Amino acid sequence: MADTVTAHPSTGRPAADGRRRAQRRKRRLAVVFVLPALLLLGALVVYPVLFSFGRSLFDADGDRFVGAANYAAIVQDPATLKAIRNSAIWVVVAPTLLTGLGLLLAVLTEKVRWATAFKLVLFLPMAVSFLAAGIIFRLAYEQDPDRGVLNAAVVGVHDGFDDAAAYPTARAREGHGLTGAAGGPYSTASTVRPGGSLSLGFIGVAPDAMPAGAKAAAADAAADAPGTDAIGGVVYLDFAPGGAGTPGRVDPGEKGLPGMTVEAVRDGRVTATATTADDGTFRFTGLDDGAYTVRLPAANFEAPYQGVNWLGPALVTPAIIGAYLWVWTGFSMVLIGAGLAAIPRDALEAARMDGATEGQIFRKITVPLLAPVLTVVFVTLVINVMKVFDLVWIIAPGPVQEEANVLATRMWLVSFGGGNDQGLGSALSMVLLLLVVPAMIFNVRRFRRSGA
Amino acid sequence: MSGHSTVERHGPSPSPASPPALPASPSPAPSASAPSSAPGRRRGGRLSRLLGSSVVQGVLILVALVWITPLAGLLLSSLRSEQDNATDGWWTALTDPSQLSLDNYSALLRDSGIGAAFWNTVLISVPTTVLVVVIAALAGYAFAWLEFPGRDAVFLVVVGLLVVPVQIGLLPVAKLFGAVGLFGTVAGVVLFHVAYGLPFAIFLLRNYFAEIPREMLEAARMDGGSEWRIFSRLVLPLGRPAIASLAIFQFLWVWNDMLVALLFADNGSQPLTVALQSQMRQFGSNIGVLAPGAFLSLVVPLVVFFAFQRHFVQGVMAGSVK
Repeated sequence: MADTVTAHPSTGRPAADGRRRAQRRKRRLAVVFVLPALLLLGALVVYPVLFSFGRSLFDADGDRFVGAANYAAIVQDPATLKAIRNSAIWVVVAPTLLTGLGLLLAVLTEKVRWATAFKLVLFLPMAVSFLAAGIIFRLAYEQDPDRGVLNAAVVGVHDGFDDAAAYPTARAREGHGLTGAAGGPYSTASTVRPGGSLSLGFIGVAPDAMPAGAKAAAADAAADAPGTDAIGGVVYLDFAPGGAGTPGRVDPGEKGLPGMTVEAVRDGRVTATATTADDGTFRFTGLDDGAYTVRLPAANFEAPYQGVNWLGPALVTPAIIGAYLWVWTGFSMVLIGAGLAAIPRDALEAARMDGATEGQIFRKITVPLLAPVLTVVFVTLVINVMKVFDLVWIIAPGPVQEEANVLATRMWLVSFGGGNDQGLGSALSMVLLLLVVPAMIFNVRRFRRSGA
Repeated sequence: MSGHSTVERHGPSPSPASPPALPASPSPAPSASAPSSAPGRRRGGRLSRLLGSSVVQGVLILVALVWITPLAGLLLSSLRSEQDNATDGWWTALTDPSQLSLDNYSALLRDSGIGAAFWNTVLISVPTTVLVVVIAALAGYAFAWLEFPGRDAVFLVVVGLLVVPVQIGLLPVAKLFGAVGLFGTVAGVVLFHVAYGLPFAIFLLRNYFAEIPREMLEAARMDGGSEWRIFSRLVLPLGRPAIASLAIFQFLWVWNDMLVALLFADNGSQPLTVALQSQMRQFGSNIGVLAPGAFLSLVVPLVVFFAFQRHFVQGVMAGSVK
């Protein structure tokens, strides 16, 4: 650019003078332009790195030089080791799942017309703070299936396969035909033959524990002759509000116990099974003649399935990783989707013409061509996963915090959260820095390549 | 990858990261039509493809529902009373909308300092964003187009600083701020955020500015424009797409931050995230504060997300290297 100025040869000397002055002014200006940035970076980023390194060589109070002792302590302190183990789990599991999930969804969205809307929905959580995401998932992971949506779903599916109502508190009215210990199973004390009928009374079910659909027990069910090849009867709550009524008999106001499994047993073998209706009645039909015992299996009296303890010590890390997936899947899907769109259509078409299946095309053409993009996504996620803090801090309930800790949360606890060992804390932050460096170098290289 | 940026092409070539945009942008999305363009000849025929596509649609609808459900849960929980939330799940409100009311929100804004914390969040994130953009634009221009001794070496150091996680700055800067009286102030939080936002911001803008055609700058200099004038009249307008993406990324980053403010802010200067996390200890009994508070903190990012979709996606994509 210098030669643009020398376009006025007649005024040689003054121009050269002016040029030097302009050069100096430009240089001063350059300093003015970069100075604010360099001051801030120097004081708040460069100095802290040096300070942290120095501080990591001193003890908790900072007045005794201990060399590498803090770094040695990292691998000896069980709580810190646990944090390192968790960080390792995070770094392996989360980027792998996210890249896989992003690839899968990116491929699938190529096939639908509303891909834009779908991408929008999945990208939305990227706008959400980890704090809010943490609160969202604390709500979702709530253990009580009446309050936590995840356990509501889990219990719903579980009960869909095994839908018998359960009466964990019910016990048979003693001395009225049923034998068995609390918790079941209960069997009739005497046998009954086809054509006979039974009324089986239970107590111990609180009114608010009764199923919503329970109807008044059919008082005459026991009297109804069920036919010569059948045994009928009623299972009911032998207790009417107010305490009126005769034990062992179906009184007005007493309700049937719906959803009970009832078995007809002959010679030790179950020959028929029935489930009680809303009014508590049941009926076995098509029975051969013989002496039957009627049994209520223990499953009727088991406590209902309560779902999964997501935030217990065993599952807390996978649960938090799940929340992390919710936030980041859109990111990997959109990035991989862009890579997918860049794959030349001709290659895919040619393979299709040659009769390759979609699966073959995916494995042999799409994935190899996508490899660079997949690597970038993976590495980017590794960097971000390494530094995860807020989500763990928010989702892990106090008592299991220790089980969920990662490097960043452990570093915080050691330095500020009661640990107050700034030597060890500084060592941990140096470890964090060192772990992120290789991934960062990779990304910056690629970033510069694509910019050039 | 670089062919897919939808950055406006008037001026410099695509932003260095050239992050992909959602196809919501003007560029036509080729994806929907391409796979179905070579049908007929293939084995399997129309029916199985139709069946396959409806399975795919079903799966994607299911996934979208799974993604929406937690957010819907937060919103509905925030609109239900403490007692309702204690007895049953938010989904019961779907069949019984009478549970919903704005009482939690009005209670939240009336007291408990949440309103003040919301204001602090604004006071922290807006100045941070402005400062990062201004300081980084100046430095980025200098690194790209001004000659000064050691320019490239210094820029390399700045790029190196991209790696430094904020965790490393916490303790030393806390001591530093303590010594100069910035600890616990909004200004301290802002300064910290600015410093840790700068490496990436300078990196992004320098690379973007560097792609402005040299002839344009030379022409401006020939016309006697001062460097300052060239910067403000030529470089900044040309850099708008990158600056917009950077500003959005930076704003969201700070708006959503909890860690930095957790250390550097005190009770008077704490942002919404910190105010809310202090209520987490009694999670079960504080849903009436936490759910509406969290939703309140979401509103601004969501507005930004929907208003600036394209820049949002580009900003997040580019910023993810941080």
